[in-house]
Amino acid sequence: MLHSIVCLKFIDDMYLSPEKFEKMSENLISGKTSLNGPKTSAKKQKGGNKAKKSSKGKRTQLGKKDEVDLSMAAIGHPEIFPLVFTTKTQEIFNCRVDEDVTEENCFKLIKKEDIIQDLKTRATISDFHPVKKVVLEYPGEELLVVFDAKFQYGQNFYFVASEEAKENLLKPPETAEEKEEEEEEEEENGEETLEVHPYKPPVHKPWISLGSEKEVEEESVKDTVTKIKYMISRVRRKFGAPITFADKNASNVKDSYVECTSYQDKTFSIKMLEKDVGIQMVPKVREASTQTKWAYPKNAATQYFPRQLSNEEKEESQSSEKLKEFLTSVHLRMEIALQQNEIMNAFFDDWKALAEDESSSGGKPDVYLKAYQSFTDLHHLRDRTISCVCWHPTIYGIIAASARKRLSYEEQVNLCDKSLLHQSVILFWSFFDPIHPQLILECPEDIYCFQFSPSDPNIIAGGCINGQVVLWDISQHEEKLQNAKTVADGVKETAVNMPSLTQVQQSSTEPPLVRYYAVSSIEYSHKKPVTDIHWLPDYFEDDRVGATSENRAEICVQLVTCSPDSSVLFWDIPATKLPEQPSSEKVKEKKVFYMPPDVPDTFKHLDLCWKPLTKDGEIVYSNWKMEIDSDLAKPVSQKHTQKYAIHTETINTLQRSPFFKDIILSIGGRNFAIWKEGVTNGPILQSSCSAGRYTAGQWSLTRPGVFFIGRDDGNIDIWDLLKKTHEISHFQNISESMITFISPWIASAKQHFLAVSDDLGVLHVLEICQTLSDPSRNESMTTLQKTKEEMEEQENADYTVFLDLEKQILMDLGLVKGEEILSSSDAWSPLPPLEPASFLFQDLFISAEHV
Amino acid sequence: AEVEETLKRIQAHKGVIATIVINAEGIPIRTTLDNSTTVQYAGLLHQLTMKARSTVRDIDPQNDLTFLRIRSKKHEIMVAPDKEYLLIVIQNPCE
Repeated sequence: MLHSIVCLKFIDDMYLSPEKFEKMSENLISGKTSLNGPKTSAKKQKGGNKAKKSSKGKRTQLGKKDEVDLSMAAIGHPEIFPLVFTTKTQEIFNCRVDEDVTEENCFKLIKKEDIIQDLKTRATISDFHPVKKVVLEYPGEELLVVFDAKFQYGQNFYFVASEEAKENLLKPPETAEEKEEEEEEEEENGEETLEVHPYKPPVHKPWISLGSEKEVEEESVKDTVTKIKYMISRVRRKFGAPITFADKNASNVKDSYVECTSYQDKTFSIKMLEKDVGIQMVPKVREASTQTKWAYPKNAATQYFPRQLSNEEKEESQSSEKLKEFLTSVHLRMEIALQQNEIMNAFFDDWKALAEDESSSGGKPDVYLKAYQSFTDLHHLRDRTISCVCWHPTIYGIIAASARKRLSYEEQVNLCDKSLLHQSVILFWSFFDPIHPQLILECPEDIYCFQFSPSDPNIIAGGCINGQVVLWDISQHEEKLQNAKTVADGVKETAVNMPSLTQVQQSSTEPPLVRYYAVSSIEYSHKKPVTDIHWLPDYFEDDRVGATSENRAEICVQLVTCSPDSSVLFWDIPATKLPEQPSSEKVKEKKVFYMPPDVPDTFKHLDLCWKPLTKDGEIVYSNWKMEIDSDLAKPVSQKHTQKYAIHTETINTLQRSPFFKDIILSIGGRNFAIWKEGVTNGPILQSSCSAGRYTAGQWSLTRPGVFFIGRDDGNIDIWDLLKKTHEISHFQNISESMITFISPWIASAKQHFLAVSDDLGVLHVLEICQTLSDPSRNESMTTLQKTKEEMEEQENADYTVFLDLEKQILMDLGLVKGEEILSSSDAWSPLPPLEPASFLFQDLFISAEHV
Repeated sequence: AEVEETLKRIQAHKGVIATIVINAEGIPIRTTLDNSTTVQYAGLLHQLTMKARSTVRDIDPQNDLTFLRIRSKKHEIMVAPDKEYLLIVIQNPCE
């Protein structure tokens, strides 16, 4: 039996005893020869070389090669013997593969005695035969058999033959690899010294440190502090028991945590500086809304009618005693109050009135007529004079002037024989276009006078020189006249309004020509020029018979014309709307009224002036009726006719004052006279003869005591009766030629115009200054008073003059001496004959020309 | 008859435009104006008179309203109140 003690020492240091070394080499050799399996010959060689090595003192001589060495000394494991265990052996020793031993659990300890027993029983069949010697020499009791699943050492089992190896294998096998490497190193070193040098066992020398220790120490990781080992144990019964965790605040427990608290570092300080901070404030806006429910009914509208007593109740209460008592007690108070009001006006501002009186009576304010505009048209008005001027009643700034041929005085008389070659026209002017007339009315003959119809300003009636009456209708052009302003500005505006543009084009070329639509027939017209024409007021009209009836249509349908052929004609306008085409409809003549025969025929020149009546149509009615009655009986005499020879020449203006219904102004020749209705003695005021002839005149429309007179030298005299009654208060020169017509007009509260036409065909429009246009507070009253005073004065003056005259005569005659009072009844003697009389519709004053 | 005479006398004063007699409830009894104007004047002046009277009596309960005159630009309205009736006269005071 081989007893080979294979011992491998785990080498911590390189020192080995030589004895053991020898044994080791023997074992190595024996191990080498037993191996012939898959080991390469190189390894065998190694093993052999290993045995030869002497540098590390591990090898012994290679003398003993004969012993079969089964150990793995060839590969450095001399104590490992690979064995093949047959199945039977495995059963015997209970190391069956995959049953008792597995790859993990590959160690099996078998008793030595069992192996010896097996050897004895099975001798050479036993698997342990080759290692019999090793087994017998094995010092221990139990032998380790390792299952070599991977055939690491050539067989499926290997047998570890030393105790130390057994122990080492049972321990982690890492160190086994270290050992292997060490062994291999030794073998390699052994190979290099393959020369024939005899093996000398290395002699150990003292360690010479070359400094590698430090490096090693540096690199090596050492524990600076001994590791603390904790062993935590619990009572067994608490294993797996449920545990409840609880939270504990670390700050509650003292010293459970460590923190770094902040502290004021005195070495470091921050300076507090002033900071500029911008603040913006925004108002808080909140929107809220509520919806309420209308819970109760509310009156939205109420309709009511007043309570009234029935008639019986009224009568009953009227006759009641209580009412009588009431009135007796109350009427005294009431009468006192009424009387107070009558006596004086308690609220009258004396102070203010004082100022007004001052301004009007004292000082010398500027009285003037400011020239506003003048119109003339060379084309139409050459060699012509303007005979009549009329303002358009409704449209602001439109004035119409009729032109007729300028004739000398003699020709004027024999007018009817003249035939006219020129086209006679009525021109319409607008303030806004002083160069072009707005409208031209075509006339058959020269127009002597014309008037706008008061009810419809689009109808114009004119009286011609040959005695005909002509009517125009300009309703088509009414819009144009109204837009006269836009026409003038239309040139500047850029085609804003198409109609206005066309109007501009139209007006630039030629103003539209309007033909008359109705003309009276010649046989029924006057034989001489129509000197005056007026529309009858719209509230009554005459019918054929002569009875005046009330005109309910409130449009003017009748005209009255007068002419020096001593006739007054009443005309009827057809009430229907005008046709488009101008037709020569006959204006029906209604009534002819003849002058009293005692007035000379040939030189009759009647001026007819209508006074616009605003009320009291009854008076007219009754007067006229009387006339009619007398006419029917005797169309000759009017008992109420009075004739006065005041004016030496033709009366050209007869006008009722617009303020007093009974004051009439008559202007003619070289003087004028103011008359009062009902005063049959004569005019209440009569002017002295003036230097020039008066040719035209009009009352002022705003001031009761002012009227304008035009003269033949182109001056306008302004008479203010309140200031001076004996002479003019102001005069102003308007043009060089004779003034032919004056017409005042109130365009607005501030603008008062006076249109003056002259003989040259120029129409001047003047603006009346404030002092002339604004009446003072009590002007009407004072004027009336003044006229009364004047009248009385006049009377008295005349009377005294007459008395003186008579007295003188009588004294001269020697009939009377001293003072004798004469009665006033025969103060007046009839005036010399050849009196002209002025015609008035109501009172039938007729003025006749007297050469 | 007396009633008529008194009213006529009042009406004949200078400048008087209208005379109205209304009862305590404001219903016109006699008038010289047309109906609608009368009713309007009666209603308005009745209320105003009541107001004026209550004002006077509030200030001094012993006092009472005897006459009310309203002067406007155009004319003057004079009201003479009594226990049961009201006499209204409209006059134009300007000479």
